[in-house]
Amino acid sequence: MKRQFTVASLASCLALGLATSAHAQETLDVVTDPSFVPFEMMDQETGQMVGFDMDIVAEVAERAGFEYNLRTMDFNGIIPAVQTGNVDIAIAGITITDERAEIVDFSDPYYDSGLRLLVNADDDSIQSIEDLEGKSVGTKIGSTSYDYLQENLGDDADITPYPGSSDMYMALLGGSVDAVFYDAPNVGYFSQTQGEGRAKVVGPLYEGQQYGIVLVKGSDWVEPVNEALASMKEDGTYDEIHSKWFGSASGE
Amino acid sequence: MDVTFQFDWQAAFASIPHLLTGIPYTLLISFAGLAIGFLIGILFGLLRISPSRWLRVPAVAYIEVFRGTPVLVQVLFIFYGLPQLLGGPINALVAGIAAIAVNSGAYISEIVRGGVQSIERGQREAGLSLGLSRRQTFRYIIWPQALRRMIPSLGNQGIISIKDTSLFSVIGVGELVRQGQVYIATTFNALEVYLMVAMLYLVITLSLSAALRLLERKGLVGQ
Repeated sequence: MKRQFTVASLASCLALGLATSAHAQETLDVVTDPSFVPFEMMDQETGQMVGFDMDIVAEVAERAGFEYNLRTMDFNGIIPAVQTGNVDIAIAGITITDERAEIVDFSDPYYDSGLRLLVNADDDSIQSIEDLEGKSVGTKIGSTSYDYLQENLGDDADITPYPGSSDMYMALLGGSVDAVFYDAPNVGYFSQTQGEGRAKVVGPLYEGQQYGIVLVKGSDWVEPVNEALASMKEDGTYDEIHSKWFGSASGE
Repeated sequence: MDVTFQFDWQAAFASIPHLLTGIPYTLLISFAGLAIGFLIGILFGLLRISPSRWLRVPAVAYIEVFRGTPVLVQVLFIFYGLPQLLGGPINALVAGIAAIAVNSGAYISEIVRGGVQSIERGQREAGLSLGLSRRQTFRYIIWPQALRRMIPSLGNQGIISIKDTSLFSVIGVGELVRQGQVYIATTFNALEVYLMVAMLYLVITLSLSAALRLLERKGLVGQ
């Protein structure tokens, strides 16, 4: 019912040749991951989700002209949920890949990232991916880091995919795995906050990657979202948000 | 690797306000799902004991399929699989309610069948010999007695279904377990928060048990 209305209203907007202003008042379902610091995390004071992605999506919604309901979902369920159209938009530090782009649409990239290795603070035996042979490593289900480990280590290491970031980090601190291999900003943030003194980042940055906002294949919102991102980068708003969460503007 | 855990009561209590936001979803999915499941159960339970094979076979098939597959698989199928068949999206809350409905419906069908079949033949004969029609006999004599016998099993099923909703965190419903996971993702107090989550489930299920006991004692139907 809702879908039919949406399609009809979008069709009429397009027919009239109206730009994004016609989308105003539409409420979209936005989904994110419950734990991907500092991109999305729960503020303990308010119980609201906060983070770099949350500021980005709020600003994008404002500029593209939509309202949204936010929900959280384990990472491995997010792309399938957009694929089925059960949710309209996902923002969760999602790396743009060819495989994913076949089933969903990506916005232009909004963050440059990569993958990094995290080990226990007192562990000097692991300096790079190669050192993981014969050891156990934790990562997240459905993530690019999991794919990378499978391709580069395969059966040489014991790879355990976890549903959430916290599960994976708790496994490392609890000694269930020897290392965690995951997105650089998240690993870096954890090692400086809850993991400080207990875990450390080692080795180089693997696989330069870019994050994009995920939309339903063929969504009419791709264009407005890209325009919003471009204007945010142009007028300095993007750098402001970047500084707030990463301590420096994106260009530095 | 030396890991020492200290139970942090403050962290446990601090999580409660956040966890409470999940309770409405847990209750809504449980009770809406069970209400629909009860209707499904009555329908298929009676079809299951129908003399006509055409009515009996589909009922048996439904019961076996939904009783024989995990509710987690059912909800994943409904939420991620069904939209590809229907060509349209499904709301997570609706998927959760539907999963509880079809799953509890299968179990309740068997509870209904057992309840009705447990009433002695003599009751039916007595009704008919009083000049009641077959329908009246069922409605006024068999069904009330059967329903009373079903209460313990229905209560059991209710508690099972309430706990089953905890699986729906996987489709992004903000229920009790999901709220717990989100909270732990920020605080890493797994021990304390999961204990509180368990306690809150107990509060819900114990309340249901108490309500059912009251219902049984008051007597849904006079002796």
